[in-house]
Amino acid sequence: MSTFSIIGKRIPKPDAIPKATGQIIYGHDVKVPRMLYGKILRSPLPHARILHIDTSRAERLSGVKAVITAKDLPPRRFGYGRDRTPLKGDKVRRCGDEVAAVAAIDEDIAEEALELIRVEYDPLPAVFDPQAALRPDAPLIHEDRESNLFRHQEYVHGEPDRALEEADVVVEDEFDLGYVQPAPLETSFCLAAFDASGKLTVWSTTQIPFLLQKDLSEALGIPGRDIRVIQTAIGGSFGRGLDMYSFEPICVWLARKAGRPVRLAFTRQEEFAVSEARQSMRIWARAGAMRDGRLWVREAKVLLDNGAYVSWGTVTTLVLMETIGSLYRVPHARVVYDSVYTNNPITGAVRGFGNPQGTFVVEVQMDRLAEAIGMDPLEFRLRNANRPFEETPQGIKITTCGLTECLEEAARRIGWSEKRAAPSRRGAIARGVGIAATMNVGGGARIYRSDGCGCIVKVDDFGRVTVLTGATEIGQGSDVVVVQIVAEELGIRPEEITIVNDDTAVTPWDVGVHASRTTFIAGNAALRAARQVKAQILETAEELLGASAAELELRDGYVRIREAPEQRIPFDKVVRARHFRQGGQVIIGHGWYDPHNEMLGPDGKGNISATYGFGAQAVEVEVDVETGKVRPLRVVSAHDVGRAINPMYVEGQIEGGTVMGLGYALSEHLQVHEGRVLNLTPFDYRMPTIMDAPPIETVIIETDDPEGPFGAKGVGEMGTNPTAAAVANAIYNAIGVRINSLPITPEKVLRALKERGS
Amino acid sequence: MKYPLTLKVNGETYRLEVKPHRSLLEVLRDELDLTGTNDGCRTGNCGACTVLVDGAPIPSCLMLALDAEGHEITTIEALSAGGELHPLQRAFVQRGAIQCGYCTPGMILSAYALLQENPRPTEAEVRRALVGNLCRCTGYVKIIEAVLAAAEEMASADVGSR
Ligand code: FES
Ligand code: FES
Repeated sequence: MSTFSIIGKRIPKPDAIPKATGQIIYGHDVKVPRMLYGKILRSPLPHARILHIDTSRAERLSGVKAVITAKDLPPRRFGYGRDRTPLKGDKVRRCGDEVAAVAAIDEDIAEEALELIRVEYDPLPAVFDPQAALRPDAPLIHEDRESNLFRHQEYVHGEPDRALEEADVVVEDEFDLGYVQPAPLETSFCLAAFDASGKLTVWSTTQIPFLLQKDLSEALGIPGRDIRVIQTAIGGSFGRGLDMYSFEPICVWLARKAGRPVRLAFTRQEEFAVSEARQSMRIWARAGAMRDGRLWVREAKVLLDNGAYVSWGTVTTLVLMETIGSLYRVPHARVVYDSVYTNNPITGAVRGFGNPQGTFVVEVQMDRLAEAIGMDPLEFRLRNANRPFEETPQGIKITTCGLTECLEEAARRIGWSEKRAAPSRRGAIARGVGIAATMNVGGGARIYRSDGCGCIVKVDDFGRVTVLTGATEIGQGSDVVVVQIVAEELGIRPEEITIVNDDTAVTPWDVGVHASRTTFIAGNAALRAARQVKAQILETAEELLGASAAELELRDGYVRIREAPEQRIPFDKVVRARHFRQGGQVIIGHGWYDPHNEMLGPDGKGNISATYGFGAQAVEVEVDVETGKVRPLRVVSAHDVGRAINPMYVEGQIEGGTVMGLGYALSEHLQVHEGRVLNLTPFDYRMPTIMDAPPIETVIIETDDPEGPFGAKGVGEMGTNPTAAAVANAIYNAIGVRINSLPITPEKVLRALKERGS
Repeated sequence: MKYPLTLKVNGETYRLEVKPHRSLLEVLRDELDLTGTNDGCRTGNCGACTVLVDGAPIPSCLMLALDAEGHEITTIEALSAGGELHPLQRAFVQRGAIQCGYCTPGMILSAYALLQENPRPTEAEVRRALVGNLCRCTGYVKIIEAVLAAAEEMASADVGSR
């Protein structure tokens, strides 16, 4: 039925071969002449006044080319909360706060220099509990603020108070969701170099190259137009690169002071100790339903621990609000949240961005409500599932929506009815199945003033097409998606396209890779640019073939007459015919796409995305009641992605996202004691290995979104969102205990079993 | 203080002078520009730095460069030396087993060592052989598929050539 020649094909990413052969250049691989190595001295204390910093001995160490402290930097603040300077001058607010930095001719000397810096601190009382941080007598972390409360917000639709009284059943729970980290395999990296005219080039692992220009400019006072950001190949990111963090302006300033390029790369320990984590949240929630199976009301109070500084990650509450307010049809809802400063590690963006937390609350309580009214949890979900082309009370305008199909497929393939009816138990091993759904922005997310992306498509005299896209590639496959879209539109092979996506001096603007937006937004921009190219080709082909553009098509490298395909001219010949003549023109198309979504109003309402992705995950687990160990046996993950431009990488997003979700559910946990991260290696952090990853069956449901490029919607975060809830529900099915705190470790399972008295 | 070191890597012999605490990983990357060997943790936790030492996969971050003298080191760069991809590389590319790619060289070398020993591994054997190689992107599904597919292809090519 499909008439596509390239869309829907399993084509490898253009950088797959260089990655398989070791030729690809990651940040860590880049060397430039005269390059120095930068290192940062960090605070060992969670909250302290800085009395004195003595850098004199470090400065005298041979091989040291620059030492900087806050005094050297312009007194400018940066970050989402405008609450920090790159180096801290007056006081430190978390373990790992940046106090001084050095650049030296090698790493050993840089490290030795750090040891020679003397810092005198006057320790201050610290606060690590977000609840305690809100008390009037709590130590104030930012003295220019009145309290440690960063933001309080309330969202309401319908009449939740009345609805809670009306509901036939109401469930109430407290959730405690711990810290996890994006933990990509490549650690954070920055290389900064000034040229002779004072212009700055930064090689970076950022996800936001164009906003990084702006952020660096704001933090350092360097004009944005003098900053060029080059993205090396990036060894994963998962949200880590969504903000600029202190190490980047520090690296730049070291380069300025030393007058030489400076490279700054985190060690793995540094990465765990100081890079931003997913917000830990405490959530108190109630939900109510009617006996006939109608979901009636939801209410959640959320306490979000920002840590010592606020990043874009604090906006996760908006996503959480959307999940609580709009996943399933819920006529009444209230979300109240406080986001709070503490002396804990800073938190930021991590894949899912508030959605895994929100989905955990919603989907655990969906199960509890179903049980309370005596309905099968799947049936209860289907009954209340969002439907296509309806607006939620929150103002979310759902277009395509395959939630029902996703739930049905995931349930069918896991063997829901049989397994659910008889959770098995053999010896100490109990088995159970659980399900959870997700809704995620799939058509951008307007949290910034522009949600756009630009694209330029040019064709050389030989028919080689170059695509310049603002879209950032972090491994997910935006490169191949953009290539496939352009190839499809121009009727050429993907191999004939070169993609350039790594240099702000060359590529058009994009807000960054986040919110599962790139396929949709960058894809639409590429489609628009390709359409211009196509129009130019057709205009010339009309003359050459003596047929009107409407009768022509681009296919297999030719322009041909649809009804008489033997009458055709090679693509590159048309290009030359247009170029080499009197008044000739070279072919260039450009596209800009900024979706018609809107920023949420102060009441939390609005249509934040141009379309929404839906999915459902069913998980079968095995629980050993003697050891408390939970083993996921199988996951079925069904997703409405609009259209899979490249099913192989759609599956890749789902599979990788699911294992990240399993880590969140069962093992990953940044252990923080009095503000200090204790587990600093992947082993201790318990990052999932190949032994922890169960078979995952991905089901792709195509709903052909009217606004998406060839019908596609975003998918990047959807695999991670529902997993923890599906696992928790499966555990309940297996052993009859609810664990509302993540990760669900063996200790917690055993404790819960003991409390229940089994 | 630097010490002389004769290192055999991918069939070539290098004469170097290195500090005694330098790991094999650092010397491969910094001295020999073999940047296909990636640096992910330097604590033996992630496998991104895997190389073959006399055919056995080891984390090069845990081996002192000076201890590598007298051994044959193989890095990812050797696998496609003739300009043609090794079947494992081809399978990883074609089956979507590569996303960010940071784990890929280590994964492929661990898998290569496995297939040398055990040309027709089961899925469980593939998992056991790759347990020291973390991947944060793929969820491992396509990596397992790729290794099994490459094994199949190599085994049937072997049969064919006999
Ligand atoms: S860098 Fe050697 S195991 Fe991670
Ligand atoms: S592909 Fe990114 S770590 Fe494996």
